[in-house]
Amino acid sequence: MSSEIATSIRRRVTRRTRSDIRRQRRVVAVQLLGPLTIIAGLVWAIAQPYRIAFLHPEGKGVYDYLAQPPLLVVVVGLVFFFLVAPGLAEDLEKEGRAPES
Amino acid sequence: MLPKAEIAHWLAASVALLLGLILLAEVIVGPEVFGRRRWRAYLWPFVALVGGLGLWVVAIFSTFSTMHLVAHAIWAESAMIAGAVQLAVVRGKLTSPRWSLVTAAALFISGAAFLVHEQNSWLFSRSAFLHHTIGWSLVVASLFPLGAALRPRRAVWSTGFALTFVMLAVMLYSDRDAAPIFGHFEGIVSRR
Repeated sequence: MSSEIATSIRRRVTRRTRSDIRRQRRVVAVQLLGPLTIIAGLVWAIAQPYRIAFLHPEGKGVYDYLAQPPLLVVVVGLVFFFLVAPGLAEDLEKEGRAPES
Repeated sequence: MLPKAEIAHWLAASVALLLGLILLAEVIVGPEVFGRRRWRAYLWPFVALVGGLGLWVVAIFSTFSTMHLVAHAIWAESAMIAGAVQLAVVRGKLTSPRWSLVTAAALFISGAAFLVHEQNSWLFSRSAFLHHTIGWSLVVASLFPLGAALRPRRAVWSTGFALTFVMLAVMLYSDRDAAPIFGHFEGIVSRR
């Protein structure tokens, strides 16, 4: 039997665990992208409240209410968090459960 | 009544940010996992094509200046050509990594259009400053898809490409029609 195939159980377990940790880190990174974007939008809204038309309505038109940059950042974060990230995390975890060839 | 230019720029920034997040996610999970659901593989060409359509709409309404009309038309064409080529890559019609050269050309031409249509110097206003910054950023960023075409499957190219759109979003969000490079005019304008 080739020594490349017949590795010790401990070595195989360690390798498996390392790849699991790497995969778990990727899942966390993908799931963090949305919340980090949302936090960036909220921090911007607190730092520059005059860019929110709801808080400073004087002289603002309909377009100012439609496009308020800090809120747009929050919306993009929410879209990513709810529509893109869950499927990616699920597929990554499925890959981890798949039997090794 | 037409919206102010800055509002179109902020909406474009949102599209760029979403595109940047999608591309970053692809870098994190890898292209194999990312392409496991077909609709995800179509996201970047779809966003590029829709962004191109939006830029055509802006070009149609940019009748106040030939320079702006031509610049927006160039950005629209670049986005749609890059999106169409990427769509063909995703569908398997085009297989060579060299097709990334089209994206590189699109970024380079878009950056050049930013630089050519800004007639003021860097420190004239925030708008002028951002035109120069975005223009040079896109020219430099065209190296990422160029690298992907010549030496494919290196994470540095895809990471740089994804971060380019996040940076583009930050710069477009910073845009104001009338403002100094740093700070804002609102208080001064409302007192007058």
